[in-house]
Amino acid sequence: MTVAGLIFSNKQEQGFPEMTRRRTTASIPFGCRYRLIDFPLSNMVNSDITTVGVVTHYNYQSLMDHIGAGKDWDLARRSGGIKLLPPYITAYENHAAGKLYESRLEALMGSANFINRCGADYIVLSDCDVIMNIDLSAVIEEHIRTEAYITLVAKKVNAKDSLFGQNADVLGIDENGRVTSLSYTAPTKGNYYANTYLMVVSRADLQNIVSDSIAHRYTSFSHDILIRQLKKKNVHAYVFDGFCASINSLESYFNISMKMLDEDVRADLFANRDRQIFTKVRNSAPTKYDSAAKVSNSMIADGCTIEGVVENSIIFRGVHVGRGSVVKNCILLQDTYVGSNVTLNCVVADKNVIIKEGRTLSGHETMPFFIDKGATV
Amino acid sequence: MFKKKECVAMLLAGGQGSRLFALTQKTAKPAVSFGGKYRIIDFPLSNCINSGVDTVGVLTQYRPLLLNEYIGNGLSWDLDRRFGGVQILAPYQGQSGADWYRGTANAIWQNMEFINRYDAKYVLILSGDHIYKMDYAKMLEQHKKSGAACTIAVLDVPIEEASRFGIMSTREDGSIFKFTEKPKNPDSTKASMGIYVFTKDKLEAYLKADNDDPASSNDFGKNIIPTMLASGEKMMSYSFEGYWKDVGTIQSLWEANMDLLGDEPAFSLLDEAWRIYSRHAAQPPQYIAKGAVVENASVTAGCQIFGTVKNSVLGANVYVGKGAVVEDSVIMNDTVIEDGATVQYAILDEKVTIGKKATVGAPRESGEAIAVVGAEVSIGAGEVVAPGAMLSEN
Repeated sequence: MTVAGLIFSNKQEQGFPEMTRRRTTASIPFGCRYRLIDFPLSNMVNSDITTVGVVTHYNYQSLMDHIGAGKDWDLARRSGGIKLLPPYITAYENHAAGKLYESRLEALMGSANFINRCGADYIVLSDCDVIMNIDLSAVIEEHIRTEAYITLVAKKVNAKDSLFGQNADVLGIDENGRVTSLSYTAPTKGNYYANTYLMVVSRADLQNIVSDSIAHRYTSFSHDILIRQLKKKNVHAYVFDGFCASINSLESYFNISMKMLDEDVRADLFANRDRQIFTKVRNSAPTKYDSAAKVSNSMIADGCTIEGVVENSIIFRGVHVGRGSVVKNCILLQDTYVGSNVTLNCVVADKNVIIKEGRTLSGHETMPFFIDKGATV
Repeated sequence: MFKKKECVAMLLAGGQGSRLFALTQKTAKPAVSFGGKYRIIDFPLSNCINSGVDTVGVLTQYRPLLLNEYIGNGLSWDLDRRFGGVQILAPYQGQSGADWYRGTANAIWQNMEFINRYDAKYVLILSGDHIYKMDYAKMLEQHKKSGAACTIAVLDVPIEEASRFGIMSTREDGSIFKFTEKPKNPDSTKASMGIYVFTKDKLEAYLKADNDDPASSNDFGKNIIPTMLASGEKMMSYSFEGYWKDVGTIQSLWEANMDLLGDEPAFSLLDEAWRIYSRHAAQPPQYIAKGAVVENASVTAGCQIFGTVKNSVLGANVYVGKGAVVEDSVIMNDTVIEDGATVQYAILDEKVTIGKKATVGAPRESGEAIAVVGAEVSIGAGEVVAPGAMLSEN
């Protein structure tokens, strides 16, 4: 039995324009040194899925730069390995794949070549907005055992946890694990099953779905495929019980990033030596704390110089925090430069931001203050 | 597909490094950890690639397993090449018998075939026990201009330390007229850094003669350099200015690590223009807990700090438990210091475990020697490791 992976790099972008204006969802930096695609990609590699297609839509320069030849994931292979699948635009108008993908289904149609030629028995489909460390071989095993048509990975969440936000797709699941309904709005209270859109399907069924969709001009995977098939076919839910959260807005980015400061969440995502999360290695030097540094409850990447106070914060690679500065509840992305005597609270600074001496900036947990890539304050 | 390589580097990495005692019980000196996420060999290898030298033979002999695994195909240093790149050169069996490397010169002689495959005009000889950043291209440039048979990199050292080194006496134009290994009364302060550029034809001729001489100890410093000088070859010095440290002893290894710290460190690894590359896995970021104290320290990926870390250099995945104190110490990869333990003025090798409330070493101010705990040693809860102790699995 062989399995290939297909990752959709764009999703939920209208909800999070701050970070996705210049990059794909897949390349949103997360957790000091990762990008969101590292999670689905590592999950696949850790489950011995070594033929992986990455469907790109637009803004995928940063993604290509991150993935390179795939060596950091052991995916630079003669046979299989990682393949970027940019939009397939033909010279002829009105061709089915002659325009940019607008939906998951169109992306699948545009990737028909990869699906037809990857040679795998099963295909795992994944988005990039969901952060989890999951053993996919267990999902595939359950998919085969339950003779499911499609298996969806579901996560039981409480509306209060805000792990999936208001836009979550909600699954109804019966006692046998069969999916009975799919709706597009999450309840405002109580528990529900969120659809992660991590799916397993046999390649033959996926090929049929793609050719049917072309024939019938279907456009929506959830409308036209999932909901139509719920009654006829066994759409199964695999309920995942580890840490699982979806990033779909600045607020959720802030909240879920801060969850990394929780020891149990870190252990769930990073402690399993057999299922490490891989990422592009940048060869930064270790982080240097000088004699005035005061750091508490923070996650810090390599290559930083810390000369001030850092509390409850997520600090990416190459960040400088100057003398006398106080950084609290902040997320500072790669190479942010914080001069001396700066005070920051609930700030999310995108890459290469410069905050000059003496500035004071503050947002709130429910509305973090965002500083755009490369800006100087 | 055959191209010439103008210059091939030969990196002598076979030494045991017996003066590092417990730290080299299981591995060769060049594979000893340094500065948190590096190994000593990263420095010459990174210098090579940064200097445009992309063909490097690494001569191994003593316990090479970790070194071989670490270097792999050279990917981490961009030295995985279709032609050239990094290659491990272990002693081998030839038609006339098998032989260990009998000395530094003999090691190179046994691998002339490697150098000749690339039709190299110049050979750069490096050793795997120094911490420094150096542009070998500049040295090669000077060597070519001067037309010397051999150019030796030299460093100006204080006169009182000169008797620890091989000392070069030079003329005004930098040419060497005298070389003395560890002189009692040094007449120059130019110390050899153990970095040589040879014109290949000259090197090959002298190595051959040296190999044919049964009385020779087959060493560059003891035999090749003095013989070449005596034969009237043109020998030049190349003056290097900058940080350079031989990390052959426990004390100097500790000092070199400490040189990374301070507000104006003596040696900085944060220089983007001359990066030091290393092979490391993608560890999760470091986590500094509430209540932890981290002052004047270098901490890297995978570390979790709940206690106090001062004036120390930590490797990857080091765990410092609640109430534990680490001061003036070098802690290498994957070492665990459990709650309440105290580590002062010590070097802990990789995968060491210090049990709860155990004590290693004494405050640096007490004037005692550095305590060393070798790889994979476990110190039980409450146990005491005396300052100056040297513990290894055996």
